[in-house]
Amino acid sequence: MEPNLFKYVWRHSRRDQVVILVIVVASLLIYLVSLELPKRIVNDAIQGGAFENSTTASFLELTLPLPDFLGGPVPLFAGFGLDNVQYLFALCFSYLFFVVLNGWMKQLVNTEKGRLGERMLRRLRFELYDRVLQFPLLHFRKVKQAEIATMIKDEVEPLGGFIGDAFITPAYLGGMAATALIFIFMQNVYMGLVTVAMLAVQLTIIPKLRVKILMLGKQRQITARQLAGRIAESVDGAVEIHAHDTSNYERADIVARLGRIFQIRFELYKRKFLVKYINNMLAQTTPFLYFMIGGYFALKGQFDVGTLLAVISAYKDLPSPIKELIDWDQQRQDVQIKYDQVIEQFSPPGMLPPDLQSVDADPTIAPAPLSVQRVAYIDESGGRVIDEVSFDLAPGEHVAIVGGNNSGKEALAALIGRLVAPSSGQVSYGGRDLMSLPEAVTGRRFAYIGDETYLLPLSLIDNLLYSLKHRPVRPPAYAHDGHALARHERYLLETRRAGNPELDIDADWLDLEGAGVTDRDALEARLGELLSLVELDDDVYQFGLRGRIDPTLAHENGHGRDLGALFLRARAAMHERLLEPGLAMLVEPFDPDRYNRNMTVAENVLFGTATKPEFAAGTLGENAYFAAILTQSGVADDLVQLGTKIAGTMVELFADLPAGHPFFEQFSFISAEDLPLYQQLVTRLQKGGSQGASPEDRKRLIALTFPYIEARHRLGLIDDAVENRLLVARRAFRDDLPKAHADAIEFYDPERYNTAASVQDNILFGRLVFGQAQSAQKVGAVLSEVIENLGLKPRVIAVGLGYNVGAAGKKLAIAQRQKVGIIRALLKRPQLVILNNTVSAFDEPSQRRLIQRVRDDLRDAAVICVTNTPALARSFDRVAVMVNGRIAEFGRPSELDRPDSRFRALGEAVS
Amino acid sequence: MSIQEDVEALKRIPLFAKVEPAKLKLMAFASERAQYQAGDLLFNQGDAADAAYIVLAGGANILVETPNGPLKVADVGPGAFVGEIGILCDVPRTATVRATEPTTTLKITKELFFRMVTDFPSIGIEVMRVLAQRIEHMNVQLREAVAARK
Repeated sequence: MEPNLFKYVWRHSRRDQVVILVIVVASLLIYLVSLELPKRIVNDAIQGGAFENSTTASFLELTLPLPDFLGGPVPLFAGFGLDNVQYLFALCFSYLFFVVLNGWMKQLVNTEKGRLGERMLRRLRFELYDRVLQFPLLHFRKVKQAEIATMIKDEVEPLGGFIGDAFITPAYLGGMAATALIFIFMQNVYMGLVTVAMLAVQLTIIPKLRVKILMLGKQRQITARQLAGRIAESVDGAVEIHAHDTSNYERADIVARLGRIFQIRFELYKRKFLVKYINNMLAQTTPFLYFMIGGYFALKGQFDVGTLLAVISAYKDLPSPIKELIDWDQQRQDVQIKYDQVIEQFSPPGMLPPDLQSVDADPTIAPAPLSVQRVAYIDESGGRVIDEVSFDLAPGEHVAIVGGNNSGKEALAALIGRLVAPSSGQVSYGGRDLMSLPEAVTGRRFAYIGDETYLLPLSLIDNLLYSLKHRPVRPPAYAHDGHALARHERYLLETRRAGNPELDIDADWLDLEGAGVTDRDALEARLGELLSLVELDDDVYQFGLRGRIDPTLAHENGHGRDLGALFLRARAAMHERLLEPGLAMLVEPFDPDRYNRNMTVAENVLFGTATKPEFAAGTLGENAYFAAILTQSGVADDLVQLGTKIAGTMVELFADLPAGHPFFEQFSFISAEDLPLYQQLVTRLQKGGSQGASPEDRKRLIALTFPYIEARHRLGLIDDAVENRLLVARRAFRDDLPKAHADAIEFYDPERYNTAASVQDNILFGRLVFGQAQSAQKVGAVLSEVIENLGLKPRVIAVGLGYNVGAAGKKLAIAQRQKVGIIRALLKRPQLVILNNTVSAFDEPSQRRLIQRVRDDLRDAAVICVTNTPALARSFDRVAVMVNGRIAEFGRPSELDRPDSRFRALGEAVS
Repeated sequence: MSIQEDVEALKRIPLFAKVEPAKLKLMAFASERAQYQAGDLLFNQGDAADAAYIVLAGGANILVETPNGPLKVADVGPGAFVGEIGILCDVPRTATVRATEPTTTLKITKELFFRMVTDFPSIGIEVMRVLAQRIEHMNVQLREAVAARK
């Protein structure tokens, strides 16, 4: 990247900068005129200077000012003759006109500056990110992601602000200052000299004071960046911190850093304000000189008052440009330091050439032998990990590489997978050096699967299809619609002007051809095949049962509504099955007209799934609408009674238990801390009856009943009358629901799919009955049967594919992540596959099964499989045994499996 | 089916006969009712033991796997306490229990059982007594078996 910020800015924004400079010059001319006018208003109009010889003065008189030797001034327009009041008004309105014009110009300049700055910021950020994508992979071991992110996000931001100002501000402010200065000189040379003297003092002292400030600024930047990195480390290492009780050590570290940052920042602050103080003082002493010197001249009659006024108003404009100019200069140095720093961080040695990642690169390469020739690899510590390794691999050949822990087999896989470059020797494919192949070939035709697969915090399906998103295949739909197309064109124009590539994230990126399918349905089928190949289908099926239909999925391809309708059919089928004797007693279905004894009291009234916190179980007691409904429907008194009984029972049951006893947490409706309070309440109510309860008590008692489930807690509290009143409340709650709450709950409706509830709950549409042994298993089995019979399993899997895998895929188990990695790779139908301990998270029988299936799927591809399980290697075409970075044995498994062979020794060492 | 009925049922069981009603109520409240249909297994020999069961109503067979197939060693009815060996000794189930008719049990998890024993030593003593009686009973059976062989 360009090391000089100014050259960088000039190169990318020349045209815009020139346009703005022209506007600036124009605005300066106007400024000059607006400075002259006050003087004429005072001298000519108010003091009557223009009326000394006549009763009218001419306004807007235009004269071509030719020098005398060319014939003297030529009058062009005689002007309007105006009397003194008219003349004053005319001049004043002219003044107003120029002031407004000047303001408008300023605004224009600022807008253009802003656009320019933002555009450059966008360009710079993109370029930096682009460079991150070109970092050699090894470099990622050295950089901290939080620091990289901070640099792109925060540190270049002031650069963007500055870039808009890079050329314009000095031009504009310098021009302003020069104009004002010239104007003062034109009025009076002495005044001009005084001004220049004061400015000279300002311009020499202030920058000197600022040297230290710049240094501190640089330190501030570095320490802040390190702080960000450190915080990210704590987050990543949270498990270790807790496992080793080092949280206080971490605290100490952060305290030390914050202390240092405080010192730097406070020092910076002090110095900044010192400079400000000196600057202001110098600026404000100058008018003192004007008043004194100018006043003296005026008294002596050598100077008119209008001129003094004009000088002072011109000077008023002078210090701020000068100050800003000094500020600008400081910012310039500051920004150049930041820029240098960032550029340095983003220029590691060994960056990939940009054309290796070109969008237009040709991904096709004919199947050819892979040839490893005299390859050596020396790692960062200087150790010779691989030494003089040579072998060939024919298309379609499957080779296993086995060896001990330090045999270098993983490093060899990384070399062939192009994660690192060989220190000497060459890996080539069909005669072409692997390192020179574009990523379009290595990333689409080859596949490297390590033991860790990085997953994006997106849905499972997005992660699985990630390996097909190489370049936009089809433009998005809006490109065909007139209005949107125009807007898109404008967006593209701006994208181009910021130097960003025109890659559209909304386009269709799926490389169906690469996956060997013709349409999305075929892709889905292929995905299903791969899911069962790696035995992930059951897991995804379970995700689907417990998952909700993704509304975006429903929106995008119109499947959502269909999905809901399909699951409603399953609900009907399930309902039918549950009529069978033996099953009927296991589930209590949701019936809007019946009280469900296996749901809580609150759930019975809500009779739906809360989608927002206001109706969530924990906060329901505070909800005014809910409370109002209970009172209105006359059930509130019942609930107070119920609450009193529950409180009484809890007090009876738990009063003797020590606080902190696990039973409180597991079983009690009342926490140990609150128990005494309820004890008093119960005693009071027993004496005075429930009328003695204050509104606060009532609220508390009512809330106590919310989690009560008759079938589970078996206190025998809810009789038919109470049930009926709760049903009245249920209906009122639904009918009177205010609009504001309309989207906070989705009701259970036998005829409708509840998008807020899981697929499983939707199909079951009821609650398991408490106290029925193994009801979950029995009902689960019936549920699966129903889904299977209706052919809905793929649909449930489709819902499961919407499961969000969490940050770095942490919501999946490591074995599941490895499976995702395998599917990702197989999906693109690679012709060369490197499996580097890919299935290490599995037990041996699973490993064997999985590898066999993967190999069956890759029958035509060349496969290199690095494994710690020598038994796996027996089924491969050939086996390489590595020892100390060299290939010690290479041949068919049957050839190698002889007494005294290293291959056999490895197998025995393991078993 | 209220908790009060459970308490009454618990009171009739010798093991809990001497425990004060309030504690029994807590125990009933903290444990789950489990209903079985005829033929359902309460648990299978060899399974991990996580709970003991008090039969409140109905009946069950206790079966032990032998080389010649399952052998019924006992019938249990209301008031019986089954599955306690597994949770006391932390061993897999030593027998299979199968409901012979619709059966209601109170499922007492291992954790709850030990809590109750720790908090209310009288239950512990009762358990000891029941187990000791069982050993005595087995000794008698053993003597009779040996005598019969001679």
